[in-house]
Amino acid sequence: MRRAILIGIPFIWLLALFLIPFVIVFKISLSDLALSIPPYTPQLDLSQGWAGIRDFFSQLDFENYIFLTTDDLYWRAYLSSLKIAAVATFLTLLVGYPIAYGMARAEESWRPMLLMLVILPFWTSFLIRVYSWMGILSSEGYLNQVLLALGIISDPLTILNTNAAVYIGIVYTYLPFMILPIYATLEKMDISLLEAAEDLGCSRFSAFWLVTIPLSLPGIVAGCFLVFIPTIGEFVIPSLLGGSQTLMIGKVLWEEFFSNRDWPVASAVAVILLLILVIPIVLFQRNEQKQREAGK
Amino acid sequence: MSPQEVFAPWDDPNARPLIQFKGVTKRFGDFTAIDNVTLDIYAREFFALLGPSGCGKTTLMRMLAGFETPSEGTILLDGTDQAPIPPNQRATNMMFQSYALFPHLTVRDNIAFGLKREGKPKDEIHARVEEMLRLVQLQQFAARKPHQISGGQRQRVALARALAKAPKLLLLDEPLGALDKKLREETQFELMDIQEKTGTTFVIVTHDQEEAMTVASRVAVMDHGQLKQVATPPQIYENPNTVYVADFIGEVTIFQGTAKKADGYYEFTWAEGQPPLKCRSPLELSNGQSCFVAVRPEKVEISHVKPEDDNVLPGKIIDIGYLGNLSTYHVELGNGQIIRAQNFNTDRSTRQVFTWDDQVWVNWTVGCAVLLEQ
Repeated sequence: MRRAILIGIPFIWLLALFLIPFVIVFKISLSDLALSIPPYTPQLDLSQGWAGIRDFFSQLDFENYIFLTTDDLYWRAYLSSLKIAAVATFLTLLVGYPIAYGMARAEESWRPMLLMLVILPFWTSFLIRVYSWMGILSSEGYLNQVLLALGIISDPLTILNTNAAVYIGIVYTYLPFMILPIYATLEKMDISLLEAAEDLGCSRFSAFWLVTIPLSLPGIVAGCFLVFIPTIGEFVIPSLLGGSQTLMIGKVLWEEFFSNRDWPVASAVAVILLLILVIPIVLFQRNEQKQREAGK
Repeated sequence: MSPQEVFAPWDDPNARPLIQFKGVTKRFGDFTAIDNVTLDIYAREFFALLGPSGCGKTTLMRMLAGFETPSEGTILLDGTDQAPIPPNQRATNMMFQSYALFPHLTVRDNIAFGLKREGKPKDEIHARVEEMLRLVQLQQFAARKPHQISGGQRQRVALARALAKAPKLLLLDEPLGALDKKLREETQFELMDIQEKTGTTFVIVTHDQEEAMTVASRVAVMDHGQLKQVATPPQIYENPNTVYVADFIGEVTIFQGTAKKADGYYEFTWAEGQPPLKCRSPLELSNGQSCFVAVRPEKVEISHVKPEDDNVLPGKIIDIGYLGNLSTYHVELGNGQIIRAQNFNTDRSTRQVFTWDDQVWVNWTVGCAVLLEQ
């Protein structure tokens, strides 16, 4: 009985918050666009009994998915999202690893404060923080003003509404997700391992490469997934900071829903996105599990 | 070296020490961890640094490994100053207290780690690793990761890894601290075997005096960053030079009093109404100088009838510690001082000859106590 409750609670949780919404979205993706509220057919009409249900299922088809393959916008958007997510994840790792390393090697009394500083930006609305980047990066923004005043540049740089701005936005927003898991692995690392490596003939650098990096790998992998997975579907950052040439699937999805009001196609885009995300999520779970087993 | 010849290079004025500490001081801020230490350690020695935690023994070892640099003084290894040589280029290797095995590498790769850094050919590395695995009897565990083997096996991997590069000097930081008592005793003898087989100079840091006495050719007793005494285990035990050393090594009863020179011995007055003690000593003490007498419990005899001997004192048994092979008696003397006496239980009778509150006599012969100035 206790076991049933123990398993049942997360099960119901997943059922209510993942499976049922997914089934609804999936059903919409199999429907057709219609000028009605909600804007698709068929609607399930239980008053007609068994015939109504049969009629309902006979009208569902995969034509929206076929449509996605006919217009190259969609697969280009998927590919571009994957590319942007991959590059942004890599950039976040480059920025995040040294920060995590510095935190883990800082005086123990400093660490809680440093952790606090990493988490602190979350106390402000995500949207406001992205908006403020617009103020920094625009051609009359603070960054250009400072660079012009210092005489480093003579013409303002165009950063806002380019992919560069999107990368800056993503790195800034997702940095804590990279720092925290890496910090966790580095912080529990035994410093005497590095002394042992040095004692056995390693330079500081090769000790870092042969000991620190492999031992923080689980944190690196976890951080990369935590950045990569939400970035693929990211909508706010590319739509606020990106330009017309920034193609991301989140933006396409938004336009299908709100501009075209084509819920069925939008749902099909969302289902495919989910299927793409399943792969890294499964890999992420496996990494976590491996880490747990190694930790025993 | 013929087997009859005793290994004692420290008594040979011509012997050249492998390691020389010359007036070495180490400060961390205001704290002096090592206070003007001068010490010679010879090749093939098994040298123990012994002391309570915080006495500076680990700092002394870490300076040998290169992880700390002396604030003052020099450390020479084979005649060369070690100060400018970083740890990764020293001919020393260290076995860490936590073992510091690389968790992501197998036993084999852990042992091969140092050899690979030297860029030796693959087959040479392989042969050396196999040799090391044989030495510590871990051949069948070579492919395991450190978390898949027992604590005792980990300890041996750490030893094999540190020995793989054939260092001139092996440093062992509390190498047996994590093992249980029985395994620790076995491993002590294994360590001695391996030290003899490889001919490496070992310097071991330990707070366990039994361990130091068992394995070491010489022991340095440390306190507050200073060397209190450096000598062989029997010398340390039987001829401690201070009350601190006598008290730190083994059990002892300390009497405080004054000495008066007599014919070939000192007469030691220690309490009113108590007979003076006779004590031989090479020390030159002035009459009435305050000093100490230290007696080991196994040197003290205990009996119901008054023996005809020097140093006979009456007392009452207040505590008995039965250890199986021997019993320790705490005997309260007339002035309240407690002396410890030890008897071997040589027969199997479970009925004890001595029991609580027995009025007894304790005595020891003239040569059995040590006179100490401080």
